[in-house]
Amino acid sequence: MKTPDSDQLAQFIDAAALLLNLPIEPAWKDAVKGHLEATLRLAASFAEFPLPDEAEPAPVFVA
Amino acid sequence: MSASAVAADTLTRIARLNPAINAFTDILKERALAKAQAIDQTRSQGGPLGPLAGVPFAAKNLFDVAGLSTLAGSKINRERAPATRDATALRRLEAAGAVLVGALNMGEYAYDFTGENVHYGDCRNPHDRSRMAGGSSSGSAAAVAGGLVPLSLGSDTNGSIRVPSSFCGVFGLKPTYGRLSRAGTFPFVASLDHVGPLARSARDLALAYDVMQGPDTDDPVCADRPVERATPLLDTGIAGLRIALAGGYFRAGVFPEVQTALARVAATLAIKAEIELPQPQMARAAAYVITASEGAALHLDRLRRRPRDFDPAVRDRLIAGAMIPAALVVKAQKFRRWYRTRVLELFERWDAVLAPATPCSAPALGQQTFVLDKVEMALRPNIGVYTQPISFIGLPVVAAPVPVDPLVVAVQVIAAPWREDIALRIARALEQMGVAAAPRPPPLT
Repeated sequence: MKTPDSDQLAQFIDAAALLLNLPIEPAWKDAVKGHLEATLRLAASFAEFPLPDEAEPAPVFVA
Repeated sequence: MSASAVAADTLTRIARLNPAINAFTDILKERALAKAQAIDQTRSQGGPLGPLAGVPFAAKNLFDVAGLSTLAGSKINRERAPATRDATALRRLEAAGAVLVGALNMGEYAYDFTGENVHYGDCRNPHDRSRMAGGSSSGSAAAVAGGLVPLSLGSDTNGSIRVPSSFCGVFGLKPTYGRLSRAGTFPFVASLDHVGPLARSARDLALAYDVMQGPDTDDPVCADRPVERATPLLDTGIAGLRIALAGGYFRAGVFPEVQTALARVAATLAIKAEIELPQPQMARAAAYVITASEGAALHLDRLRRRPRDFDPAVRDRLIAGAMIPAALVVKAQKFRRWYRTRVLELFERWDAVLAPATPCSAPALGQQTFVLDKVEMALRPNIGVYTQPISFIGLPVVAAPVPVDPLVVAVQVIAAPWREDIALRIARALEQMGVAAAPRPPPLT
């Protein structure tokens, strides 16, 4: 999984905010970017983990 | 002593001590006294009394309480219509005779490990009021630790019972996913939300847990299982139980006080084995991603309409969560099933696994970062690094507090699904062996 640089991530956030109709004030942007960056970094740790096509997701989890 | 006298004494104590720790957001004086009076009347007439007759308790303010708006720690929810009935867990505790005395402070919308709250004030740690109580069930842990009530209810999505239990030094039970009904609670992450009790002993946890069990058609996730009482098994000891310590990921980076607690527990139980859970760091990452995404989806409309009414620390995380590509969330849910299968294989060889509940004892209020495994990182999102890989697959856990220097911390006693009885037995044994205890804080007045 490729990690976007800071400018690319800022552009992504602007576009996603538009799409989702989410108001983001300029003062909040850095914090949002920091959180998204951290989340994508964590997601990268399992994004390439090999699983078969048949692997069932667990959206409603059963213990 | 009558239930009325206990209720009155409890209400007086709350009024006197709560200003020091800010654990309560609502005190239900009339309701508590009326309930206690009814118990006394039943008793005087020789009627049946429940196992918790007259025991005062309080609930995190995401549980519906008839007549109160269910705040979930937020400003926005103040405008909700008052709940028309109590949450299932409350009703079951009261059916067993417990007396609800109030609603408790929490981190906004449960997206929190600190106990800080910009709307209702920070909940403070009774052992050191300059430190965090932990979250998001901050008031639930602080009220019990401070001796305001002997029993409370909290919820745990990624560690929100276990983290404050660790920081405040109380016993907390996060049961198996689906074991206790969540009906009448404000949600956070549907596929990760649990409810459970906090108390000063494993016995009190077991008593409360037992009376809250049972199917509930009002919660589609609540398991259709018969009640499996843990209390009768509590004192059966731990002979024959196969117990291991979680190594690798669960040992890297823990602070010295946590090392001390783990070493003390391992020595007491004569644990020799250290095992590795399969890919726990990925499990934690997947739980993090699912939480951010599902949490954001839940709050999307509020984020659009009233972003300024959120705690900024919560709002900015939720906005980021709304932007996570769907394919990553689906991958996280697929990984979840893989991880569950691998971990359940471990439970064929082990009855319980012990792990730290938090990397450190309670940080200072306002602290923004800490050093974990030699890397400085944001504190708020990372306090749950050891709790998230466990709740991710719904395993039952008792957080057992171990008093160490400078402050108490908890050890997670983790069992296979539906084996809360084993986790409670081990916690009970640790208490009897003098290792686990809920320490009394210095005077709060």
